[in-house]
Parts: sequence; structure tokens; C-alpha cells
Amino acid sequence: MQISFTLNGRPTTVEAAPATLVSELLREQLHLTGTHIGCDTSQCGACVVHLDGLPVKSCTLLAPALDGATLLTIEGLQGAPGSNQMHPMQEAFREHHGLQCGFCTPGMLMTAVALAAEKPDLTEADVRHGLEGNICRCTGYQNIVISVMAGAAAMNAAKGE
Amino acid sequence: MKPFAYHQPARIPDAAKLLTSIEDSKLVAGGMTLIPTIKQRLANPAALIDLSKLGNLSGITDDGATVTIGAMTPHAVVAASELVQTKIPGLSALASMIGDPAVRSRGTIGGSVANNDPAADYPAGVLGLGATIVTSTRQIAADKFFLGLFETALESGEIITAIRFPVPLKAGYAKFKAPASRYALVGVFVAKFADGVRVAVTGAGPGVFRVPPMEASLSENFDPTAVAAIRIDTDGLTSDIHAEADYRAHLVTVMAKRAVEAALS
Amino acid sequence: MSNVIGIGASPKRKEDQRFLTGRGNYVSDIKRPGMTAGVFVRSPHGHAVLRGIDKSAALASPGVIAVLTGDDVKADGLGSLPCGWGISDAKGVPMKEPPFPMLAQGKVRFVGDMVAFVVAETPEQADVAAELLAVDYEVLPSVVGVLEAVRPGAPQLFDDVPNNICCDWELGDKAAVESAFKKAAHVAKLSLVNNRLIGNPMEPRAAIAEYEPGTDRFTLWTTSQFPHVVRFLMGALVLNIPQHKLRVVAPDVGGGFGVKQFHYGEEAVITWAARRVKRPIKWVASRSEGYVSDRHGRDHVTEAELALDETGKFLAFRVNTLANMGGYLSTFGPNIPTNLYAPLLGGVYTTPAIYCNVKVVFTNTVPVDAYRGAGRPEATFVLERMVDVAASEMGIDRVEIRRRNMIPKEAYPYQTPVLVQYDSGDPMGCLDGALVAADVKNFGIRKAASASKGKFRGLGYSTYVEACGLAPSRFAGRLGARGGLYESATVRVHPTGQVTVMIGTHNHGQGHETTFAQIVSEKLGVAFENVDIVFGDTDRVQFGMGTYGSRSLVVGGAALSKATDKVIAKGKKIAAHLLEAAEVDIQFEAGKFAVAGTDRVKSFEEIAGAAYVPHNYPLEVLEPGLEEQAYYDPVNFTYPGGCHIAEVEVDPETGTVTLVNYTAVDDVGTVINPMIVEGQLHGGIVQGVGQALFENAVYDEGSGQLLSGSLMDYCMPRADHMPMMNVATHSTLCTHTPMGVKGCGEVGTIGSPAAVINAVVDALSHLGVTHVDMPATPNRIWRLLQNASLPVAAE
Repeated sequence: MQISFTLNGRPTTVEAAPATLVSELLREQLHLTGTHIGCDTSQCGACVVHLDGLPVKSCTLLAPALDGATLLTIEGLQGAPGSNQMHPMQEAFREHHGLQCGFCTPGMLMTAVALAAEKPDLTEADVRHGLEGNICRCTGYQNIVISVMAGAAAMNAAKGE
Repeated sequence: MKPFAYHQPARIPDAAKLLTSIEDSKLVAGGMTLIPTIKQRLANPAALIDLSKLGNLSGITDDGATVTIGAMTPHAVVAASELVQTKIPGLSALASMIGDPAVRSRGTIGGSVANNDPAADYPAGVLGLGATIVTSTRQIAADKFFLGLFETALESGEIITAIRFPVPLKAGYAKFKAPASRYALVGVFVAKFADGVRVAVTGAGPGVFRVPPMEASLSENFDPTAVAAIRIDTDGLTSDIHAEADYRAHLVTVMAKRAVEAALS
Repeated sequence: MSNVIGIGASPKRKEDQRFLTGRGNYVSDIKRPGMTAGVFVRSPHGHAVLRGIDKSAALASPGVIAVLTGDDVKADGLGSLPCGWGISDAKGVPMKEPPFPMLAQGKVRFVGDMVAFVVAETPEQADVAAELLAVDYEVLPSVVGVLEAVRPGAPQLFDDVPNNICCDWELGDKAAVESAFKKAAHVAKLSLVNNRLIGNPMEPRAAIAEYEPGTDRFTLWTTSQFPHVVRFLMGALVLNIPQHKLRVVAPDVGGGFGVKQFHYGEEAVITWAARRVKRPIKWVASRSEGYVSDRHGRDHVTEAELALDETGKFLAFRVNTLANMGGYLSTFGPNIPTNLYAPLLGGVYTTPAIYCNVKVVFTNTVPVDAYRGAGRPEATFVLERMVDVAASEMGIDRVEIRRRNMIPKEAYPYQTPVLVQYDSGDPMGCLDGALVAADVKNFGIRKAASASKGKFRGLGYSTYVEACGLAPSRFAGRLGARGGLYESATVRVHPTGQVTVMIGTHNHGQGHETTFAQIVSEKLGVAFENVDIVFGDTDRVQFGMGTYGSRSLVVGGAALSKATDKVIAKGKKIAAHLLEAAEVDIQFEAGKFAVAGTDRVKSFEEIAGAAYVPHNYPLEVLEPGLEEQAYYDPVNFTYPGGCHIAEVEVDPETGTVTLVNYTAVDDVGTVINPMIVEGQLHGGIVQGVGQALFENAVYDEGSGQLLSGSLMDYCMPRADHMPMMNVATHSTLCTHTPMGVKGCGEVGTIGSPAAVINAVVDALSHLGVTHVDMPATPNRIWRLLQNASLPVAAE
């Protein structure tokens, strides 16, 4: 079936079978391999993308759900629209060593951005609870939590400007 | 995944017709259970009937005595709803404990109730509040709806359109999360109404169930101490690598106590 | 020199840009022209005779290109998956080493054992065909636990391995230990289980193989921690592919933790199949597939006894362990519960006599091999639990008994009775630092506050040491290693002075691209951004042993340091020529070659340029070019260690253990990049906390089914399981590595399980609880409290 949607700010139309997961569509057909597949039970969160601004697991989303929607993947995450700058959350992860092997990172970032957008004044407990659906095996989460809080603060500051 | 046909009906009768006319067809709402099941090849439907284009199935309304939540309303919306937070805070709290943020973005109340997973949260809220399940053809009382492990009173071609919750005097939910899956190892929902208290338990057995001795005791005295000494029978409770049946039975008491505390807080 | 970022600095990581923007290059991201898809058909039974396989329906399925089985492997005369270590029993009799065919032959021995490989045009077609493969199994009873496996009458995995015992191994002076026990004032005893774990790197394993008929060359992309070792083992010992015809690439790899440091059958099968189908093949494991095929870790059952004198001094330590090997010997399998376990039983104490017996046992489970820490967490757990049990039984404070037995700083180098000689350390300093950092002095106040909420609070210590930086080849060879354990580095200085380093270790999260660049930046005085690190490709990098056992900086960094020294030496020759001075008069400092005592100077860039423009070179004594290579084989292990203090709160109503504070003061030697070291410590600690509180691989005895076979049932630590950890270093320098480094990749995982469980036992000690097995799940704690038969609200 034909599916039209906005992908990282660009109108996109694809031909895909209904039994196509959005994660597969992105990785295999659209060559956007930043969205990762870390499990098959919808537990790990490495595949989180934003569908109409909300965090969703692209491995648990069928392609037809994209029709008419807006999708943001890690490849589209950026500072100012159209800029080559990194998003404040990406900057915060780099600054605070919030990643090691990098595999969970795209999903962590997408979850973190949504979390910070939803609640401006995140506490440590909010962040830890909000990352419940994202598993990292490398960092022990400590620097991820620190990064998310710093990234959220930077997002707020940018909003206030 | 194995290929399947995909339908996005615009009207409920069309959806119902597709469901009865296509063998091995399944409804999909948020897909939070169905899609992983298909991926694992535990289900191989011939067709999926997507309810997202039906319109009007999402949203929360209130008529004073009841709060009605459209079947396609995502958990995140229920959790964040000021209306639900004001009228039935125990229910919005329950919604905020389901899965994780991404699951709450997509997963719907109708999907959860129709699936009746023995460890899902919503069945406890629906049964605990004595809600009414509104379908394409009728209204079903929660007490008649949940029939055990993944079984419900829904008939072939019947589609949940909304859940209607009576507004309680007080209600609370306490959940002991299974550490890996984050489903309820044991979840207890308590609701106090003018005519008595209802207690519903999820996670502990093959399906959601009520606990009459706790209800009787809490109707007398709606206080955590009223349930602290009430032990439920371990017969028929689930025993697995995460929790043995007697531990689950014990947790029912503890979670009931905490649910009452939550209701009173 | 500007932009030199050297040792001790924490520059942001070079690797982060690509990972943060979704531009990493993992195996599953790679596509090759004409690529096909492969899936493995795996045994659903723990133990069965393979009576026959009917391929016809699978072959007839749409899109199927090939279906390969063990018979095809046999027909092609291919080798068995090799084991890299050969251990022997006390009499010198070698371990039993049954063949490990890459596709099962005759029998399957664990759920997940590979039976066939299906290649099709698409993954979906391969899946469909795999379901159509008709495999005729005669199901046999399975045995999954080590105690059960050695019992008379247990199911036997191999005809020629009686009682399923691969090797009855020992270390230490048994007679000295026995005589010490006779003189002991007190003997403390402990039985424990070290729970079986599944490593779960977030990237599932994957491989792509391609054969080029025009050049008769193979390329294998694989999620490996050591591509050169895969090339050697697979090419030379399994598939008979000459080394120069085989390229193995391990690009970005999403975590390893040991799980990706073995040569897996999947790698050999897919490479062999690629030549047969003459097209590239890709296989990507699902997480569920990983659970039944990634090598598992730990899985010991142990009885330990500690003999003490009346003052609490340790006289002797005796440990008997049954270690699970699973269904076959994996690459390092038998080495882990023996050579990497028993030599650590001395810990940081002066125990004069130690004896350890390990029975290495086959069972119908996934093969067991190294997982972060590998043998050393098991040893630390036995010893540090034992110390607490002894202290409690003798009424001695747990910190005091440790102090009484600790090796003083001045006593290093210290020879233990179990092979290893610690070169440096200061366990007392780590302990003192941790006591302050953990605010132990005010623990009583916090405990009372918990009690007022109806909670039990406990504090647990682990003062530990480990051996890493694997490994001195001479030493390892004596212990049964069938290969060397050195590392290699090439430093290529370009004509413009920028530097490319080729190194044999593999970066999969550890930040090598940053840390190694810092070493070069400091030593050569070149800008940090002008150094790139290349790894993970056997066509680009000289032979190297890869990354495991906290060896990359210790052994690889040493090779890099040595190669850099050679560059400086060569640079001095060039400078001497250009400056018309004697080579001995050239000094190199801060990126400048100078004639001592003069202002005649050449910059590093000038020397690099001149190296490639040898117009006036004395070619008989000086070669053009500036590129040097070094191999480094360590003279000893390194011995990082430290003190970990865990503080937990137990909810007696539900049995839930909450980790509320965690303090670690570790001695990791010289710290190159503090930010990265801290990150390694955090991650390591949480993996150890996972073992202590959450993680458990559970098999069903009899059927051999893995009950914890997905993330739904195997509990990985999440962000909300952890408090903020307080980690610090208290370093003594390693005396034999070039920079004094000791390694930091595994310390967290080694030190933490004992600290956490000691804290849990402390919290419950007033109820008479003396031991808790891992993981300390709510159900398990609740059961203990029930059995303690005291009112839970007693406090």
C-alpha cells in the first residue's frame, strides 16, 4: 500500500506491505539505520522514534500508522531546524558521557527529548522513571540521567530565549 | 512478519462486518500486545482491522456520575487527563503505571480491556470500579465481562467503543511490578462507593478477580488495617520463576493495603 | 604545541558524533549487493538424538537458495569449533574435549543448538522455510544443573565423558590447607550458588559473509570483540581458508561484555555458506535467539571453608566448586572457572594456604564462557561472603577482620599461595577512603530512620582484587592457553604530521578512539584531533588479540606506547640528520626535536615531512618513512582492586531490596581519561548489581527449556533500579606496564555482587539470616523472612 507521511521534515511517500514494521521500513527501505533493533519483545527502547511528537517504539508500529503522520527519527534530531547543530539533548549526552557503545543511544535520546518536552522541570526520579522503557547495558544509567537533566535544562533555556 | 491484509474501516458497522466475514482477522488498536505476538509468530492473522480511522473512539467525557473513556484513548492521555485526575485519581495513576512512556503513547484502554492479559493493569481498574464496557452492540458490566485468561464476554464481531466508569468516593491502585516485564506481578485496585467497596486483583491469577472478604471488611472500615490480616487462598494463583503462588497471595494483601492508602492520600 | 590533550584529561569522545546522530556503522546496518538472508534452525529440545532431517519442503519453499545441515558440514570435511584452552587435572590428564560441530551432528545438546542454516532471498522467506524443515528428534532427558549432572544415573551428554565431568581440576597445597584446618580456632563454612547470567549486549549478534570468486577471497563482518582471532580460529582450524584470503571486519559493535569474544558457529556456517551460494548472506539474531545462543556466564555451586586463629587471622581457605560448562566447550570455556577463578581466592588477604578444586561439568545448557569479570566475580563473591560469615560467627567487626588480614601497602610485591604475585596495591587505603566516602560513621542514623519507616537497612563491604590485562603469554601457556595474549599497535605518521594508529584491540563502548588518541597526543605532542584510531578490520590492522579481560589499555596501550617510542627514536635519527648533530644529542619534548643545549629545533611536523621527502638521506643508515609497529607481551597480570560499600533498604512487607547508596574506591592505576574510567566503573557496578539483585538464567530441569528466555523474563537493570553512585579512584601505579595502568573494565562487576549481598545479609542479620543467594529477588527475601519465623515488624 502507498503511505505518505512527513519524515524528518520532508514529505515522503513509500510503497510498503501492511505487515511492515516502521523500524524495518526505516532501516531497510529508507536506509535510516540510526533506529536500532535491540529486542523482539518491545522491551529495550532502542527503536524509539517520535510519531506526531510522541515517543513510540517503531518495532511495535505498523507502517500504515504513518499515513498522514509526522515522524521524527534520530537522523532528524537537530538543534535549530535546518541547522547542522546537534540538539541540546545530543550535546548533553556528549558533554556528560551519556553513551558508551552507542547502540541504545538513539532510542535514549528520542525518549529523553520527549520526556523533557512533556515536563519542563524534571527531577532525577522523573528521569529514572521516564527511562523505564529504555535499556542500556553499558553506562549503568548514571551519566544518562545526568545528561537528560542537563539536556532538559538546555532545552528549557533555549525555549526561554 | 508473515503478510496479512489490512483494513482501515471508517465506520463501526464496517469494522464489525469485516471482523465476522474474514476468517482469522483481528482488530488492532494500539497494537502493543498484538504486534509483538505476530512478530513472535504466536499469532498469524489473515487480516488486521485497524480501528484508528473510526473517529470518535478517543476522548474522555464526564456526566457527573460517570466518566466515559473512548476505547481508542491512549494510556498517556488517561494518565494526563485533568478530568480523570480530579474524578478518579486512582485510574489516572493506574494508567501512568502501564508499560513505559512509548507504550503509553500507543496503547489504548479498549485494546487492553479486550485483550484481558492476566497481568494487565486496566482490568483491575475496570473491575474494581465496576465499570461498564460499551460495545458496538450492547453494554456489559465488568463483573460479566472478564472470563479468565485472555477470555472476555465479547462475541464475534463485537467491538468495544468505550468504558464507562462510575465516579467513586475514593479509589486507589497499588502495583507490584514484575521487575523484568513491568507488568503487574500483583496489582490491586480498590474503590469505595456509597453502597460499598470493590477490590479487584490482577497479575496474581489467570485473570482479574474480586476479593469479597476484603470488600466486606473495607465496607465496614475503609482503612488499610481493615485488609492487613486478610489472606487470600493460594489455590489457582499463578506460580512462575518470578513469584510463587503463596508469595503472590501475600502480595495481594500488601498491595490491597497500599491501594487503600493511595485512595486515602 | 596547541591542542595536545594528554594523560589525565577528559576530552569529549571522538566516537560520539556518529553515535549521537544515528550514523554508527553496526553489522546489521550494512547492506551488500545481491545480499541474501540466512536463518538458523535451532533445537527446541535440551537433549535429543538427531535421527534425520528432511530438507525437501524447506527447499521447495519460495525464495529458498540453500538448506545446510550437519551432514553437509561433515561431507565438506570441516573442523570442529576449537577451544582455546586445554586444562588438565591434578595428575596431568587433559580435559575431555568432545567435538563441537558448527551444525549439530548425531545429537543436540542444548535448546538453541544449531541444526540447520537456511538461506533465502529475504528474511521472511528464510523464516517460512525454516519452519518447514522437518527434523526428526528422539528426545532424551536433559540435565541442566551441575549437582544433578554429576549424580549417578544422570543423563550423559557424551559417551566418552563419564559423569559429565570435563575436568577435575585443582590448585593449591591441599596438605598445607588440611594441616592448617586442624590447628584452627574456628572454621567458618558457606555453601553458595553463583547464578547463571546472560550478557545481553544491547546489539544482538549478527554477521554478513561474502565470497568473491574472482579473487577467491572471503569477507566476514561480525559483531566480534576480536576479529583477528576469529580469522585465525575459523580460517585455520574450522574452514581451512588461508589467512590471506580471509578478511574479518568487526565495525561498530554495540557492547560485548565477553559475549562477543568467542568464535561462534554462526560465523563459520555463514562464511562457508557464502561460498556455496556465491552471494553475500546476512544473519541478524533476534534477542530471543541470543538468549539461547549467546554464551552464558557464571553458574557455580560452591562449598567453602575458612580456617581462622583465635584472633580472626585467616589460616587457610578451602573451596570446592562445580562449574557449569553447558553443552560444549566454548572458546575460553574451561579457562574461566579454573585459571581465572582459583588464583583470585587469596583476595587482598595474607591467607597463607589455599586449596581449590573445580569440577568442570557438561550440562544441557548453552555453553558457558567469559562474561564481564569472568571467574573473578565468582572468586570475589565466595571470598568476600566467607569473610563476612567468619566475622559474624567470631563476633568480630567486618571491617576489623578485613584490616587484620589485609596485605599492607609495604608488603607489595606480594606472592600469594595461588600462583599470582601482586605487583602493587593499597587495599587499606581504598578501604579507608571508601569508609569516609560512604559516610559509614553515620550509618546508624540512617538505619534508625529506615527502621522508623518499617524498613531494614544494611551495609555491605567488598574489599577485593582482581587479575586482568590478559595476559603474560608465558604464564598463560603454562596454564593451558593455546595462543599468545600479547597486543599490537602500528603508529603511522603521515607526511603532514597527522597520525593514524592501527591497533589490535576492539572498541565497543570503551572509548578507545579517545583514550588511545590521548596517549599519542601526549607522547608525540601532536594535536588530539590529528590522531585517529583504526581497529576491527584484519585487512587494515596487523594481527591483534582483541578486547577482553580489561586488557585493551593495559596490553594494547602498552603496545601503542612502545610503537610511539619507536616513532620518537626514528624521529631522532631524522632530526640528527637534518640538524647535523649526533643522534644522542637530540632531545624530544613537547612535539619538538632539539639539539641539546642549542636553539636548533625541528618540529614534529617538519620531521614527518622530511621522513617522506628523503632527498639527502644517508639511505644506508636511515630508511624513509615514519611508521612503527610494536607488539607487547606483559610480564605479569595487573591487579586492580578496591573497596565497594553498598547500602540497601529492605521492605519486609514485599521483600524488595532497594539499593540506596553505592560507594566505590578503586585502584585502577594510572587514569588516562577520568570521564571514561568513571563511566566504565558505573557500568561495571550496575552489571554486578544486576547479578546480585535481578538477573538469573533459569532452566527447567528435565526438559532443558530456558525459562528466562526474553527481556520479559530476564530482568536487566533499569534506570529506576539505581541510585546515584559515588565512585572514586585511589591509585597505586602498576610497576610493570609502561604507563602504570591496571585496567578498569571489569572491576565494577567483580567488586559489587559481594558488597550488595553482604549489605542484604546485614540488613536481615537481626532475624538470624546468614546468607542470601543471588539474585536477592523479592520472592526470595520474603521466603527467607517467612522461614526466619520472626515477626517482620520486630525492629
